[in-house]
Amino acid sequence: MNILETHHIIKDYADHRALDDVSVNIPKGSIFGLLGPNGAGKTSLIRIINQITGPDKGTILFDGVPLNENHIRRIGYLPEERGLYKKMKVGEQLLYLAQLKGLSKRDAMDKLKVWFTKFDIKTWWDKNVADLSKGMQQKVQFVSTVLHQPDLIILDEPFSGFDPINANLIRDEILELRKKGSTIIFSTHRMETVEELCDHIALIHKSKKVLDGPKSQIKEQFKTNTFFVEYRGALNGLENHFQVSNTRQLESGLTKSDIKLPVGHTANQLLQELLPHIEIYSFGENVPTMSDIFMKAVNEVPES
Amino acid sequence: MKNILLILRREYLVRVKKKSFIIMTFLAPLLLVGFYAAVIWIAIGSTEMKTVQVLDKSGLFATQFKDTDELKFKFITNSLDSAKAQFKSGEDNALVYIPENVLEDSEGVLIYAPKNVSLDLKSNIEKTIERQIEDIKLTEAGITRKVLEDSRVDVKSQTISLSDGGEKSSSSGAATAIGGICGFLIYISVFVYGTMVMRGVTEEKTSRIVEVIISSVKPYQLMLGKIIGVAMVGLTQFVLWILLTVILASGAGYIFKDQLGNDPQKMQAQMEQVQKGMPGGAMNPAVNAASGNDPANAVADILAAVGSLNLPYIIGCFLFYYLGGYLLYSALFGAVGAAVDNEADTQQFMLPITLPIVFSFVFAQMALRDPDGSLAFWTSIIPFTSPIVMMVRIPFGVPAWELALSMVLLVLGFIGTTWLAARIYRIGILMYGKKVNYKELAKWIFYKG
Repeated sequence: MNILETHHIIKDYADHRALDDVSVNIPKGSIFGLLGPNGAGKTSLIRIINQITGPDKGTILFDGVPLNENHIRRIGYLPEERGLYKKMKVGEQLLYLAQLKGLSKRDAMDKLKVWFTKFDIKTWWDKNVADLSKGMQQKVQFVSTVLHQPDLIILDEPFSGFDPINANLIRDEILELRKKGSTIIFSTHRMETVEELCDHIALIHKSKKVLDGPKSQIKEQFKTNTFFVEYRGALNGLENHFQVSNTRQLESGLTKSDIKLPVGHTANQLLQELLPHIEIYSFGENVPTMSDIFMKAVNEVPES
Repeated sequence: MKNILLILRREYLVRVKKKSFIIMTFLAPLLLVGFYAAVIWIAIGSTEMKTVQVLDKSGLFATQFKDTDELKFKFITNSLDSAKAQFKSGEDNALVYIPENVLEDSEGVLIYAPKNVSLDLKSNIEKTIERQIEDIKLTEAGITRKVLEDSRVDVKSQTISLSDGGEKSSSSGAATAIGGICGFLIYISVFVYGTMVMRGVTEEKTSRIVEVIISSVKPYQLMLGKIIGVAMVGLTQFVLWILLTVILASGAGYIFKDQLGNDPQKMQAQMEQVQKGMPGGAMNPAVNAASGNDPANAVADILAAVGSLNLPYIIGCFLFYYLGGYLLYSALFGAVGAAVDNEADTQQFMLPITLPIVFSFVFAQMALRDPDGSLAFWTSIIPFTSPIVMMVRIPFGVPAWELALSMVLLVLGFIGTTWLAARIYRIGILMYGKKVNYKELAKWIFYKG
């Protein structure tokens, strides 16, 4: 069950093509990472989903139905460039934004009370937005994004501007929202958050989609079948088919090396091979990090 | 639709609750009425008795200089030199010396004073002397003063508008005044509220809230909500101003009625003095034209003349042109706000928008003088100048077909500029960092969203 499907989206601007045949499926209830270098086309895709602009070719399905105006109230959007009306009061402004998303005033008030208590910001209601610090403003804007309990929440760099405590707060909220049934699309450069939170990812580079799938699957895909070993001693005389690379000295005095397993060989075989030569302190598989995957995927696309 | 109402409401409330709005709304009428009231008060209050010594060597004026509330005349008979010495050590305000041969040489009159003599005093003295000399000369010629005055006629024509509805007495003065005021108000409003819209749009761009808003509503809804919301602000301020000015003015008038008492001549003198000191522009000629040169009757005459004009009709037209002109221009102001990234860059686009507005004002002045001329006709039909020029023509009467044509064109005009502005707005609000010129704007207009 996909909350959102984009089929063969093409988006052209005056001097370049922003999205070239992009098709993504966002499974319901997932936390979906939308990755890509700056200028890749992520923001264009997000704007199309938010119906801020339209695609030149291609279709979008929201919950199985072609995307239309009624879906606006079921989507929440936190743009990368944050902003609120500076001269308006916090409470008043949140009410206004909620009403624009289709909530009744009473409904919005009830929900706001819950969030203000949860975030412990009851005293902010009558404050002018301009009097709040940047982090405080972003907290307020986060509330405006999720207040109407949207089925699909799109967060563009949600953690930027937050100190670690507030970043944790937001992270917990994201997890809780997912628990309640919302789907979250996450656009970010901070790979450690992708590592931690996302279960699906898609990578867009130079207007094309280059990666798409569950995170575990993608990691599998990028596995180089390399293992690391921390040891004392020297790795000489290892069978030739075990490629040793990247031998370096650690602060602890140990040596660390990466060893690539050839096809058909198992980790056990490698261990058996190593045991006679060195004193092993640590051994494990080099699972590619999202950061590694990002750089590899981006560099592999030929310059057009 | 619901979105436009929500936006409208916010735009309205945010501006109406601002301190600056509240202060301006109450301050302006207060200042206006207060200023006029203060001047009148001072004029009435300053009755300072002045004493003038008269040394009349000709002997003709012994009975001619009459004491008034402000001036007292003292006749002396010294020689000129001793009179001067005496005057210098005395407290009197002026010393008038009339030479013996004044009938032949009328330029020999001297007025001595410690400081410069006021024009009023000077003209008072001159007039008195003139009058007496004239009398003497007339008598020598065998004509009495009464015969001379009977021959003076004060022609006051009464303007009557002759139309299918019969004869109605009209007043050119009042028509000019009202037309002028209405035109001026529309001129100011278009600027003030147009730039209010523009600044609002730019603020939304700079604070980046616009992206959040248009993930909820369509760009044209945001633009329209803003334009109409600001229109409501303008109307509110305008209505409050009228109410407050009327209330304050009647209050002040009530107070002054007591002060002026029953002395019509004194009141006339005060009113003249007030009028001389007044910055009045078109108002004063209109006031004078409306009632001859008799200020004491000016107010009554104006009220009667205003009553003769069809007020509900004029007010209705005013509202139409006020709104129409504002809508036409505010859409363009909004488009400019969307095209730039900050307020400083708006300058380059302002000129083509403000030029027609300023020209309208100039054409309106010309139309005041020739309401039925061809310049007035054309500029009251073209939508960019019609709000101000047509409004100026209306108190003078405008043929129904011309009015209808002008109104239809104005409606088409603001629909047109709103459409154009919306095309620019929808692209401009998301566009940052691009140096925009007219070619770029044209691209935006034709870009298929």
